[in-house]
Amino acid sequence: MKGNSLISIEDLTRDDILEILERAAEFEKNPNQDLLKGKVAGVLFFEPSTRTRLSFETAINRLGGKVVGFADAKITSATKGETLKDTIKMVDNYVDFIVMRHHIEGAARYASEIAKHPVINAGDGANQHPSQTMLDLYSIKKTQGTLENLNIVMVGDLKYGRTVHSLLQAMRHFNPTFHFVAPNFLKMPDQYKRYLEVAGIPYYEHTELTTDVINEADILYMTRVQKERFSDPLEYERVKDVYILKNSMLANSKDTMKVLHPLPRVNEISTDVDENPKAYYFEQAHNGLFAREAIIAKVLGL
Amino acid sequence: MTGKKELQVSAIENGTVIDRIPSNKLFTVISILGLDNTDLTMTFGMNLNSNALGNKAIIKLWDKYLADEEINKLALVSKDIKINIIKNYEVVEKKVVSLPESINGIVRCVNPKCVTNCEGVSTRFNVVSKEPIAIQCCYCEKIFEEKRIEII
Ligand SMILES: [Zn+2]
Repeated sequence: MKGNSLISIEDLTRDDILEILERAAEFEKNPNQDLLKGKVAGVLFFEPSTRTRLSFETAINRLGGKVVGFADAKITSATKGETLKDTIKMVDNYVDFIVMRHHIEGAARYASEIAKHPVINAGDGANQHPSQTMLDLYSIKKTQGTLENLNIVMVGDLKYGRTVHSLLQAMRHFNPTFHFVAPNFLKMPDQYKRYLEVAGIPYYEHTELTTDVINEADILYMTRVQKERFSDPLEYERVKDVYILKNSMLANSKDTMKVLHPLPRVNEISTDVDENPKAYYFEQAHNGLFAREAIIAKVLGL
Repeated sequence: MTGKKELQVSAIENGTVIDRIPSNKLFTVISILGLDNTDLTMTFGMNLNSNALGNKAIIKLWDKYLADEEINKLALVSKDIKINIIKNYEVVEKKVVSLPESINGIVRCVNPKCVTNCEGVSTRFNVVSKEPIAIQCCYCEKIFEEKRIEII
């Protein structure tokens, strides 16, 4: 890992990733450990995200630490024109580490250069969200028994969806095969396709979610197609139903296949899938707690 | 006849000649090297004929030798730029420009949502590919190919 902060999944080596996943498995067996006793975390959400913030704050509390911070920049001096730099310098004086989310891309990297204490990126705009990626990896390893040689199908908004980009980057260490299912204007950006080509990782692109593709999958990673991405509402109406996963489509999929989704979902996974044992998205979200406990332990060297 | 054209930019006794600059990039080179802000003696010419390049520009710096890391910044302008080290009116060394591993401060990140465009942070890029040129912003992690590189 570069330095003590976790800003990007690209900061982690293959060994770092495996070490964090092993640690997360220990936290799953015993989530309450007093590692952060006497320590204070600055949890700074310049952009609100209740789901991610509660997961981090729960992780900190279960490790025996205390939390200061804010849930929305509207209630801090950040909106009174205080620079990010000044806010980080101030908080850095009070705390032992910082968890931050910001809509500006690169904000967490910049904060990590200013702060003396470790910074964990809880999302910087469309760029990175490494704790989401770690919980995705943990979910994949837990359900498949390995991260190696898996067939991963990614569906939905592959252009703006940072979770799929980071997952792709992390999986490069483990010899995967990718299938990308997206409408043409939301397809995987060239930057990431070139990344895979350089790494010698095969990928296939599709515009339709067919049972042929699903039946090959070890992991079916669904994402939201967000209405606000579309300039033409009719185009959204036409496209949104192409990517609805229904339970019947899973009939001939692999027994060990799991459906993942970063949540919250809108309508892209029909509720009849929820009862299928292949639906894993609720457990996946729960795994976020253990992944985040492991990340905190890693950046603090505990 | 190029020899006669060369004489339009007078010879120097000791110093550095930056040759084969694309004519429309002369001022970019001056700005990258900060030559507009020095008390160095220099002469330059542009729209000179060059068999290889069509029109080229040239800069001659008197009694000044550039560090390799300065020279290598010019690879962003053109890989054809050549550096001649002059001592006693003779070319004693020729250098080619080669892209460095990282580029600090001279390139703008064209991602409007990048922290370098929002919080006054100076830019830093890693060179992820030299041929073709591709650089990655150390902050927003976007990768830009040569045609999208904007020099500040
Ligand atoms: Zn940038």
